[in-house]
Amino acid sequence: MIDSMEQSDVLSVDNLSVWRGERCLCRNLSFRVSTGEALQVQGQNGAGKTTLIRVLTGLGRADEGDVRWRGESLRRNSEQYRASLSYLGHSNGVKLGLSPRENLAIASALLANPIANKVDVILDKVGLSTHADLPCGMLSMGQRRRTALARLLLADVRLWFLDEPLASLDIAGVTLLTDMLKAHLTSGGIVVFATHQSMDLAPFPVKSIMLGTSA
Amino acid sequence: MRLTALIERDLRLAYRRRGELATPVIFFVIVTALFPLALNPDPALLRTLAPGVIWVAALLAVLIGQDSLFKTDYEDGSLELMLLSPITLEWIVILRVFTHWLVTGLPLVILSLLMALLLDYPTHALGTLVMSLFLGTPILSCLGAVGASLTVGLRRGFMLLPILVLPLTVPVLIFGAAAAGRAAVGDPVAAPLYFLGAMLILAITLAPFAIAAGLRISLES
Amino acid sequence: MFVWFHKLASPPFFYRFAEKLAPWLGWLSLLVILAGLYGGLWLSPPDYQQGDGFRIIYVHVPSAWISMFAYMLMATAAAIGLIWRIKLAHAVSAAAAPLGASFTFLALVTGSLWGKPMWGTYWVWDARLTSELILLFLYLGYIALNHAFEDRRTGDRASAILAIVGAVNVPIIHFSVNWWNTLHQGPTVFFGPKAEMPPSMYIPLFIMMFGFMLFFAAFMLKRLQVEVLQRERNTVWVRELVEQS
Repeated sequence: MIDSMEQSDVLSVDNLSVWRGERCLCRNLSFRVSTGEALQVQGQNGAGKTTLIRVLTGLGRADEGDVRWRGESLRRNSEQYRASLSYLGHSNGVKLGLSPRENLAIASALLANPIANKVDVILDKVGLSTHADLPCGMLSMGQRRRTALARLLLADVRLWFLDEPLASLDIAGVTLLTDMLKAHLTSGGIVVFATHQSMDLAPFPVKSIMLGTSA
Repeated sequence: MRLTALIERDLRLAYRRRGELATPVIFFVIVTALFPLALNPDPALLRTLAPGVIWVAALLAVLIGQDSLFKTDYEDGSLELMLLSPITLEWIVILRVFTHWLVTGLPLVILSLLMALLLDYPTHALGTLVMSLFLGTPILSCLGAVGASLTVGLRRGFMLLPILVLPLTVPVLIFGAAAAGRAAVGDPVAAPLYFLGAMLILAITLAPFAIAAGLRISLES
Repeated sequence: MFVWFHKLASPPFFYRFAEKLAPWLGWLSLLVILAGLYGGLWLSPPDYQQGDGFRIIYVHVPSAWISMFAYMLMATAAAIGLIWRIKLAHAVSAAAAPLGASFTFLALVTGSLWGKPMWGTYWVWDARLTSELILLFLYLGYIALNHAFEDRRTGDRASAILAIVGAVNVPIIHFSVNWWNTLHQGPTVFFGPKAEMPPSMYIPLFIMMFGFMLFFAAFMLKRLQVEVLQRERNTVWVRELVEQS
């Protein structure tokens, strides 16, 4: 169950070590992110930002250490955890053969508690109302990215994991994303995002992790 | 209700890509037609070969079709979203395999009637032929899906898939072709058909776990 | 005792253990195989039907048995590696595969050589040989998948799934091939351990099986050492080992 403003809404990472092939991407990494906080994962290309985000969502595997959400370890692979998060990866997760509206319908079907009848409102908010019924293959990269962003608004989940969210977005898109993040943080959500551009999410505190600096 | 939405989405997507999905069906027809060309088109010979030829062609056609099962979803990121859904992955997977079979396997079952005509397969045995394929092609789809889940992240995964899957399909081929062959000469066909049915149930119950595990492993990197 | 097993799962401990044990097993297996060959090739009388040609069973049957055993070992180790996340278990699978495949190949070749004097052809589609052939394909598929991944761990885990699926299938494959064989009345004259055999024949056979097992174990330990070194090449203990030698 997702209550609002639960004190135990903490994503805690303890002594996380992640290897990719021969390379160690992070060793003994520990941090905590709680309600209303944002965490920015920084690092050069290839430092392991995407891998770390994927480990946090449960898609990737950590070699050592533990990730806990509300005290429960990710290794349990619980339905609860997956119901509490939304993920925006490098690829949009958008089917080019379907329209934005159809894509959101699919994404909705895969969620635990989708908000009913909000698809039109969401499409309007991300600026896709006029193109809502064209196949995404006919839309621009920025518009496809906005379709993916719209997915984040489909349900009220606590955790947002975003990997290079600013990719393909124009200035209006960046503003849209910043507003979405601020709204999410205001309602008690948590944002973990990977990008080398800095984002201004004032007044919310943005913690930062730099990958690739330690041995 | 959500599960029907998933089925609907797969069917809708399939309809939009119907050209691509015709490939296994066309392949099936071409491969079947190759045999008379490679051998003697003498009707008596074709009649004896027909069950085996149709079955081998169906087997290869189902394998060809497995590439479209997870590949596009892997490439555009939708596969990750399926893995992150709170809905049990095993259910999502079995529905996916089912809709995929409806679109690539079931047409083969129906088209086998035409192939039987080309190879002078006796009409009284057509029911058994169709039944054997109807029971067998879903098993082949399940096994193919296991291979597809393990190779989806590989660049040349498509070429590796047959090597992994074909040995596993031998029992299906044996019982399916035997049923069709025995029906053609009037022998009883209950035994092979029952074995196919048993394997089908085994496949449907166990394959989703292997497929889901394979997908999780493939998406780890 | 259990603690010792637990320690065995640690790569450096296992490496030293294998280093010590392998030569013993190797020499012992050589002795046992020589004893078995002496019993089989000299002491036991020629078969009244097949003359001296049947003696190839002293290599064929143990090879076939080891090929099956190795596959089951591979699948079990794969399952252990997946469930309990023990790296060494995956190394066992990866080491067993090429070895098992070689024994399968040996079984096929000896079976084929047997066929020539018996029926004049180098290959018969008998149930056992056909099953061995499919087993070879299963091995090759496993090896191919294992090496197809850039990240060795992903490769191990993916091929582990394949090994387990294969292991579940193997009884079904055997059964279906047997059934297929009875349908077409193929020759089933390869007698195995179940057939009526006088002690002068089956004692050397069992000795050979035992010898092959020892050989397999010795070879496995050596292969495992190589696998462990490869997998752990970035660790401190391997570096120290290389510097010492």
